[in-house]
Order: sequence, then structure tokens, then C-alpha cells
Amino acid sequence: MSQSSPATLQEESEFTVESLFASPEGRKILTCMQCGMCASTCPYGDVMEFSPRRIIATLREGDMERVLTSSSLLNCVACYACMAKCPRGIRLGEVLLPVVKEQVLLRLKDIPAELQKALQNMLAYGNPEGMSPRKRADWVKDAGVPVRILPEDPRPTDVLWFVECHGAYHPRGVETSRATAKLFDALEVDFAILGNEERCAGECSRGAEGEPGLFDLLREHNMATFGKYSFKRVVTSGAHAYDAFRFNYGDVGFHYPLEHTTPFFSDRLDQLTPLLKKELNCKVTYHDSCCLGRHSGFYEEPRRLLRAIPGVELVEMCHNRVNSICCGGGGGGNWLDTYYKSKGYERLSERRVKEAIATGADVLASSCPYEIPRFEDALKVLGHEEMVVRDVTELLVEAMEG
Amino acid sequence: MVAEQWRGGISEVTHEALALGRELADASHAKLTAVLLGSGGGDRAELLGDADLVLCLDHPSLDEFVPAVYAEALSPLVAGREPRCVLIPLTNLSMGLETLLSVRIGAPAVTFCRDLQIVDGRLQARCVVYGGKLEATLQVSGPTAVLGLLPGVRPAAAGTGTRKVEVEVIPVSLPEALKVRFKEHVEPEAGDVDITHQDALVAVGRGLMDEENLPAAEELAKLLGGAVCGSRPTIDQGWLPLSRQVGKSGYTVKPKLYLALGISGAPEHTEGMRGAGLIVAVNMDRQAPIFQVAHYGIVADVLDLMPALAAAIESRKDAAGHG
Amino acid sequence: MDILVVLKMVPDIVEELTLAADGTGLDRDQVRMILSELDDRALEEALLLKERHGGNVTALALDAPDLDEALFAALAKGADRAVKVTGAGEGPSTRRAATVLGQVLEREESLKPVDLILTGVQAIDDLDGLLAPLLASLLGLPFLGVVIQVSVDGSARKAMATKECPNGFQARFEVDLPAVLGIQSAEKTPRYVPVGKLRAAMKSRTIELLPASPAGEAALAASELLEMEKPEEAVQAEFLEGSPEEVSEKLCEILSGRSLM
Repeated sequence: MSQSSPATLQEESEFTVESLFASPEGRKILTCMQCGMCASTCPYGDVMEFSPRRIIATLREGDMERVLTSSSLLNCVACYACMAKCPRGIRLGEVLLPVVKEQVLLRLKDIPAELQKALQNMLAYGNPEGMSPRKRADWVKDAGVPVRILPEDPRPTDVLWFVECHGAYHPRGVETSRATAKLFDALEVDFAILGNEERCAGECSRGAEGEPGLFDLLREHNMATFGKYSFKRVVTSGAHAYDAFRFNYGDVGFHYPLEHTTPFFSDRLDQLTPLLKKELNCKVTYHDSCCLGRHSGFYEEPRRLLRAIPGVELVEMCHNRVNSICCGGGGGGNWLDTYYKSKGYERLSERRVKEAIATGADVLASSCPYEIPRFEDALKVLGHEEMVVRDVTELLVEAMEG
Repeated sequence: MVAEQWRGGISEVTHEALALGRELADASHAKLTAVLLGSGGGDRAELLGDADLVLCLDHPSLDEFVPAVYAEALSPLVAGREPRCVLIPLTNLSMGLETLLSVRIGAPAVTFCRDLQIVDGRLQARCVVYGGKLEATLQVSGPTAVLGLLPGVRPAAAGTGTRKVEVEVIPVSLPEALKVRFKEHVEPEAGDVDITHQDALVAVGRGLMDEENLPAAEELAKLLGGAVCGSRPTIDQGWLPLSRQVGKSGYTVKPKLYLALGISGAPEHTEGMRGAGLIVAVNMDRQAPIFQVAHYGIVADVLDLMPALAAAIESRKDAAGHG
Repeated sequence: MDILVVLKMVPDIVEELTLAADGTGLDRDQVRMILSELDDRALEEALLLKERHGGNVTALALDAPDLDEALFAALAKGADRAVKVTGAGEGPSTRRAATVLGQVLEREESLKPVDLILTGVQAIDDLDGLLAPLLASLLGLPFLGVVIQVSVDGSARKAMATKECPNGFQARFEVDLPAVLGIQSAEKTPRYVPVGKLRAAMKSRTIELLPASPAGEAALAASELLEMEKPEEAVQAEFLEGSPEEVSEKLCEILSGRSLM
């Protein structure tokens, strides 16, 4: 799936429908047959004034302003569902939506406060949480296994593990990072992290949130940092970071072999299985994340890992794999909950958790860092706290530590 | 010291400043003079019993505390009397007066003092800086200085002496045409709850994370027989109305129990609640300044603690009911 | 109308603050500077006034680390000019800053006339006075602080300003212009600048440079900064440790012991 990123920031006055349709992928947009698959599969389709179908129809009529002054693009959670279902194969989530979102953001009078703060924090501190960049490696202290930090110890490494913001700063993300470190250690992987030199990979600010300028800045920083060290490949535990590196860092020279931890561990299952000694005895349902699933096709890898855990019975939600329903965290959605609530929308994470509950599972497993806090919140709101949310790596480590 | 009055009453910060002034005056064998501005101040002078002398600057234009006007009225007085220092409690009302006055009388100003001492015959101020992360010690060597005092500099109760004071009424000359003219007050919208009259307050801050977590706080408040209030960010975000705001720009509260959830403890907030009977603070950061004013501290995620605490209270109530 | 917004860079307290070796201030190499939050709001109020009444907005600041980005952001947000005063030396004295700025404002014809000067009413590094009243005093202009809303009458000879008071009250004032207003908050949250716009501003706009007047005698009396240090860990709080459930139990014990339950 080779992909050229959309044109970098165009000033309000420069953007034209012609420039959008100029690229090969852009021209493909013109082949839209207005079937409406995109609108009907969109998780917020019922409140989306401008679904991809309508965007294309309106742009084709030349009526740009109506689209660009509508705030409905804020409802897009960048879940790639529309793109996955488009019978013409139009790269909606990669070309059309990011470019339109960028223009919408330029025109928006009032950006929802939470989102604005997240963007400002990413610019100032390299993470949406607004935490000091100097604390980005603090989680390593209690990792339980040695984690090499390249700025302190710049020897060559096999794997450069890109931890990402949630994994470094969010309390639940840190737990997942520690589990990941333990797995690397158990598999005797030679790995190291960038520590305080790492910055947000920027996927959430690119077309997803309409801030390509911010994305460019973060990307520049990360590429410069990569250039300082010697490593054979990049493995990331951040599903959105994986997405950014795979689809949007190529234009600036990111040619390192790239993997996400889930398929990485799945490829080493024969090494891992003998270590999984403890029986967990639970029913697990797996939520396919948008970036790993629909966008990159990693459906079976996490399931293989889960099935390898003794005592785990895997059950499927009614919407799984390509049909999975987004947790609502992408496209800036992670910082728009107050905004969505003010509009009376149902939170996607609650919708999804209801499906999980319906399976009768004890554990909702995930592999994208946004999901854990979002699903845990939803479980609290729905009052169903007998179900727990765990990252796949956390379950593997639980099975390891008899 | 400059007394502050607000809507007909002497502000609590005035008593705090009197307590400090009395201490400094006694330590240096000096006189403490309180200045009361506004019409009809004579009646209230007796409330400033810790002073040796109360000067009443009687003029209708002084009824509202307007720093620009107060500076005009006070500077000839202060210049004439050459006090060792001028103490001004720093509040929304007075902010800026300390600076204006200091320039007019050619003296240094020191702002955000949380303590004053006389050390080796010189006045030393301990000031809060960088959001409370650091403190600075400043020394004044000149003949006069104007000091802006943070609320809480001394307990107000220590400044409520009622001995008979000498009162002097001072003529005030103000220009006919003032350049800064007070027009009117705008009352806050009537809230449903008066947080200044609650026995228990559950205070929420940014650590609550989302407006939708408010019901959990409200449940706790109900279980504790009180109400929910918030720090400024929660009001700015629209989670709570202005009537629930605690702190510099909101209300000062003194409940028997103040449970601070996810509040960092910036001075602007703590000045509104540090007088509470029992302060329990919950915050994820052990270094949060709130723990310096709290009696008990809990390092935890507010979202985890609220349901656990509610459950614990409920089970006690159940047990008591069945006991 | 002509509005001047005075901006100041202050240490970013998100980071750990390290003290300089002599203990009288911050280690300037370690410290990261950001635009003072209330100054950002003052800029926003100025831009809102410009949108409502027309005119132009000039952002003025003393040179400081990382200042340029803040000035370009001001331009990207809609300010018409950004002016940086160089050669004034460093250090956090608000008095000195006001003196330098006051001299520049008196001296520079290009910065006149000014109808309204807006700046944050306070900043986290103010120790020897607040900038707004200092400027007002030095320039002989009226001052009003803790302002949360401003409007200007047609002739720009008078402003109506709302001041924040205790207990949720507000006070309405009339102020003769020109005047200096110390802003507590703007009518809206400061607007966002897309990074692309910021970078475009950095490429296409210029920051004007003005020199500080030659240092004369300090016009304003000063106090002496002896030292800075971390506050005493007057940690009154006794920490209750354990899981949320354990801690809740302990707390209930305490509360019922004090008849608070």
C-alpha cells in the first residue's frame, strides 16, 4: 500500500478543488459513484452533515465553502471504515479527509478547548498530555527489566522501540509499556528506546486532526533523532505511531524496517508459547483497532497471541475485523469527548463496550493505547466493572508470570 | 496597613494583615496605623482594634476600592507620615495599588508576600514565585516599602482585637474628574447552592478529567451531607457555575470538611479554602502544592478514589443502620 | 484605534525548575520560557477589540529566549506589528522591564499614538511590582486591573471595562483613554494558531527591533533579592497509603472520629 501524503499545508487562499483533484489519488476521488457505503458505515454517520459521499458531491459541484465551513468534520474519528468499504477503492481516509479537515481547522472560529490544548501541548512539549519532555522516560524506573535509553547509551541496537506518548505518560499506557519491555526481555530482544528525545509521532495531528504543520514539525524532529543512532529496525507499541511511520514518514526518508509489537510478538510465538505457563481462565474478546486492523490488515496476529495463552477462550464481537467499530479516539476524538457530549452524541467507546459486554467476555483486549482508558471509562459509565480491559501484551505477561 | 472593605464589611484579609502588622510593629517598637477609606468609616474603625491608630479617609469616591483612586488619596498621606512599610492585602480589588503607591512615593514594592520578618533590623519578605514552585526572599533596606500580602499571611483570628483605637479623620482631596470611574456592581447569577454555608464541600479540579465524572463527585457530596464546588478551571470549562467557584476569583469557604479532588493547589485556589476545618486532598502528584495546605493527603487517581470512598461511606452507613 | 499589547516571557513551570548556583534565581540555561498566560489573554482581547472596532494591534516585548516564536504567533493570530526591544539585559525585574518599555514608548514616534495598552495583570515572576500599573505610572496613564472584558466607544476616548471582584461579583468601570488595562481574562479563550500558519508567519513577516535607551539611573527604588529556594516542605498533609479501598476505609475512620460522617 504505497501512499503519497497529501500536499502539505496550503494556505486558506491557496486551496482549490483543482489542487485537491490534481494528484493521482485525488483524481480517483472523481470516480466516486455516490453509493453511500461510506456514510452508512461511518460510526458517526448519523450526525455527520458531510459524509465523504456528500463532501465529494459538494466539491464536484464546486461548492467548497459549504464543506469547509461546516464543523461536521470534527466528528470524523479517522477510523478508515469508509475507505475500507469504498467499492471504488478511493483513499478517503488518506487523501480526501485529511486535506478537507486541514482546511476546516484553518477556518474554524472556535476550536473545542480540549483539542486546542492537546495541539498546543504537542507543539510545546511533544506530547498531547502537556507533560515535560524530560519526564518521557521516567516510566523506565519501575519497568522491572533493564531498558536501554539511547541518549544515555548510544551503542547500536537491533530494535529501536518507539514507545509513543500514551505509553510514556498515561498511567495505563505505562503499564502496557512495562509489559512490552518484559516481553522483549523474555524473548532476549536487543532493544533500546529514544527516551526524552522521542516526540509524538504526530499521527493524531496530521490529517486526522487537520494540523499538518504540527505533524511536519514533529516528523522533522523524530527523523533527525533517528538519524543520530544506529539500529536495524523500528518496532513501535503505538498503533497510531505505526500508522504514521508506515504511511506518512516515507516521503521524508523513513525507510527503516518497521513493525508493530503485535505482529512482532506474533511472529515469535514459538519462542513465546513455552513461557506462557499460567492459566488465565477467562473469556476474552478482542477489539480490532482501526490503525492496525482496517488500515494495515493485522487481524489474525493478535488473535494468535491470545489463543496461545492457556485458559483463554476467544469470543468475537458481532462487529469484528474489518467491521470493527472505532473506540472514538482517533482523528482528535480523544480530546473531543466534552464537545461530542455537548452535542448529545453517544460515545463510540460506550457503543463498542456494549458489544463487548454482549459477548459475555471477562476481558476486553486491545492493542492501541487510546483504547484502554476509553473503554475503562465506558465500563465505569455503563456500570459494568466486572469486565476488565487489557492490552494483549499485559495478558501475555500475566500468563508468563506464574 | 490599608484596610479592605467589600460591600459594607471589613474583608477577612484585613484582619490577617492587621495580625501581621501588629507583630511587626511590636517587634520593632513602632506604631501600627490602619487606613480605612470610604464614607462613614468611623463606625467600622473599632473593628480594627489591633491598630494603634485608625485614619479614616472619608470621601464618597473611595467607597469602591479602586486602586487608581486609592493611590491618589493615599500617596500624600503616606508620603507625609513616612511609615516603615505599607501593608496592602492583595486581592482582586486591590491588585495594582501596591505598585501604583510605591511609584508615587518613590519606594520599592514587593508583591506576593507570604511572610514578613524583621531580620537584623531590616524587613525581609518571603514571596511566592513561579506558581508556588519556588519562594524568594527579598530584603528592603530603604526607609519605606510597600508590601503586597498574599491572603493567609496570618490567621485572621489573630487580627480581630477589639481594644479602643484612636481614630483620626483625614480630609481627602481628589480631582473632580476621575479618569477611572466605578459605575456599578453586577451580581452573580443566583446559584442553587450557597457553598459558603456548607458543612462539607467536595471540590473538583482538572483531575476530574471530564464533566461526565461530576455525578460521582455529587454522589460523594450527598453522602457527606454537603455540596460540590470547584476550582477555577472547572468553572472556566463550564462544568460548574460561577456560584460554585472557590478561590481568588470566587468564594472563600470554611466548611468543616473540604475534600479536594484533583486540585493542584495553586495559591489562587488555596486562598479560598485554607481555613477549612479538615482538608483532605486527592491528587496523582505527590508534589502537588495542595498537600501543603491539606491535613491528609491521598496520592491516587480521583476517578478510582471517588467510587471507593462512596462505597466505604455507604457500607458504614449500612452497618450503622443495622447496628 | 491603536492598541498596544505588552508581552512577557516567563519560565515554564511544567518543567522542574533548577536554581542557579548562586541561589538567587533560576538556572537560565535549563529554564524554558513561554509566553505569560495572562499576556496571551491580553493579546486575545486586543484582537477581539480590533475585530469589533477596527484599528491595529502592536505586540511589544523585551527580548528574551524563545520570544520570537511568541511574536510570530501574535502576528499569525492577527497582530499588525511585532516589536522587540533589545539590549535591556536579562533578569526577572518587572520594574526594570517597565522602565525600559516606558522609555521606548516615550521615545519612539512610530509607536504613537496609543489608545489602549493591554497586558496581563500579573505574571508568575512578578516580585517587585506588576507591569501594568508600573507602565501606567511611568506613562502618566490611568490604570485598571483584573479586567475580564473591554469595549470602546466610537470616538475611542473612553473604554468600558469589567473588573472581576470577589464572590463572583463583577464591577463595571469607565476609563478615559489612553489607559493601561491589566487583563485577567479575555472574552474568549486565546485562539489557536495552526503550526503551518505560524511557520508561514516566520517566513514572511518581520519582527521590528528597537534598542533600549542607554541605561540611566534606575528611576525606581528597588529591593534586594537575597535568594530563591524551594518552599519548605511544610507538608502538613499526612499521607494515607494503600489501594483506593484501603485509603477510603482509613479516611472513613478519620471522618467518623471527627463526627464528620
